[in-house]
Amino acid sequence: MNFPLPEFVAVSASNPWTYVVFALIGFAFGYTLEMSGFGDSRKLAAQFYFTEMTVLKVMFTAIVTAMVLLFGAVGMGILNFNQVWVNPTYLSSGILGGLIMGVGFIIGGFCPTTSLASASTGKIDGMLFMLGGFVGALLFGETESLFDNWYNNAGYFGRVTLDQVFNLPIGVVVLLVVLMALFMFWGSEQLERIFGKKDLSKEPKLRLAGAGALFAAAVAVVLIGSPTIEEKYNALTFTRTETIEQLNADPIVNTYIYTADEMLENRLVFITPAEAFKARYNQAMNPVYLDVRAEADYNLYHIEDAINVPQNRLAEVLPVLLTEPPANTVFIVMSNDETAAIEAWKFLSASAVPNVYILEGGVNNWIVFFGKDDKTLAVQPKPEAGDDELGYIFPVALGSQYESCSPNPVEYENLEFTAKIKLQLKRDKSGGGCG
Amino acid sequence: MTAQTKKPLFPTTPKPFVHPYFGGMVLGIVLFLALLLTGNGLGSSGATSRFVTAVTDVFAPEHVDRTPYLLKLAGGDKNPLDDWIVPVYIGALFGGFASGLFNGRLKFETTKGPNISNRTRWLMSFLGGVIFLYGARMARGCTSGQALTGGTTLSAGSWVVRFAIFGGAYGLAYFLRKLWN
Repeated sequence: MNFPLPEFVAVSASNPWTYVVFALIGFAFGYTLEMSGFGDSRKLAAQFYFTEMTVLKVMFTAIVTAMVLLFGAVGMGILNFNQVWVNPTYLSSGILGGLIMGVGFIIGGFCPTTSLASASTGKIDGMLFMLGGFVGALLFGETESLFDNWYNNAGYFGRVTLDQVFNLPIGVVVLLVVLMALFMFWGSEQLERIFGKKDLSKEPKLRLAGAGALFAAAVAVVLIGSPTIEEKYNALTFTRTETIEQLNADPIVNTYIYTADEMLENRLVFITPAEAFKARYNQAMNPVYLDVRAEADYNLYHIEDAINVPQNRLAEVLPVLLTEPPANTVFIVMSNDETAAIEAWKFLSASAVPNVYILEGGVNNWIVFFGKDDKTLAVQPKPEAGDDELGYIFPVALGSQYESCSPNPVEYENLEFTAKIKLQLKRDKSGGGCG
Repeated sequence: MTAQTKKPLFPTTPKPFVHPYFGGMVLGIVLFLALLLTGNGLGSSGATSRFVTAVTDVFAPEHVDRTPYLLKLAGGDKNPLDDWIVPVYIGALFGGFASGLFNGRLKFETTKGPNISNRTRWLMSFLGGVIFLYGARMARGCTSGQALTGGTTLSAGSWVVRFAIFGGAYGLAYFLRKLWN
């Protein structure tokens, strides 16, 4: 089984169970907050006077528990981390917004979700906090246009996780966070003893066993490690449907599940130059042409708008490919022929980039197809060209200046091809997190 | 006779809260299951925005289409309530209510520091709600969506947001000690 379940990544009216699942998650969330005492503002505010550190304890226990389970599941290959929502990093708005939240926290005594637990149990202050929240959200929506550019761009780093920041294996980061949490729990108990006059000997001994279990689980996460690209690649599946029209009857729809290797063997991910070109004029999709050749070849000749990402730098742009583009983006990778493009396709697909296709026959085939009528393109075929090398001799490096780099859409209006692109619309990433 | 000795269906005196580490562990398991099943974590402040925008969209749809932030949520025929966070928000209200019911904590009251009046507390909680949600929308998530969920997925930005929240609260706590102590 591959998690997360594709049926439940977003709510959808076509599947009412999605509402039930999310409502149950919310129910459990509210229940746990209330039973931990977060319906009472005094308990929350006490955190900031060191008399009772419940907020920190509950929050960090929740984080380390979920984190160890999450990265354990990722390491064992049950869960695909690339399909888990990771809050994108916006440093400037994050810091200022965080400070403002802190002010609201100490003045109001709640945070948004705890105010729900409070309001639903009849606390009048919780209800008023909720009400104030609607006003705050309204004010933000109305004033955001004043700093729209700052809000959307300042300190933007996209999907960045701590292992990337510190350049450590993710398991090691998990272990370090667990150690930090255990230290903070110890520190919190000392603070409660000093400021809250709490008798620590009455605390359950079981918590020490829990700390030990947590530490052991974190060590296990380090040992499991992360699944390799090959393991992820072998776990890939693709669904294709075939519709057979019937005379006087409903069409028969056959569904096939292919592995990644079968997709390549059956050439289901190879698109002709005609389809690659027509994608640009298709309202339903947003094609991105990824040219994975060396920069020298790219400078000699490339399709207009193609982005040059040499093979060895694909990993660097991966975070952008995963978070940036809208859901209907189609990545069309190309090399001179197909060898490097196939490698790039394997890497990107295994890394969970959706809608990746390969330009059939590569740039050489593009030149064969669109270059035959291109008067600006005076090139000689290069007979001794090896596999995946540019098959033509270019006297000058004109990049995309040739006519065939951006074929005339009027001239090539009627192109015949079998459409291979099947848009797989993932959830809208902007809808994740706190929305 | 039997009717009098029979225990009430729900407790009438409040039961003690669970131990923080236990509560945290259960919350962590809930969060993990949410991430495992749906790829989304927990949150609520996004829903607050969506409710407000839905109301605005009823009364002033042109205004929504002209305001960049609202446009993203409810532009054109987009329904701002068509998002996973909305059922989570409503579910959390019911969950809190259920826990209060089963533990005898359903009661109309005001939780406040000992030295302020109910009115001051009400004003402050309303004001706090305004400020908190303004900040939460700016930071693209509150303590649940950023600090808790983003902390778990090790998002670099979420860890920064969390330290900023605690920084803001601790920075001001001393000056507002009359409110709570």
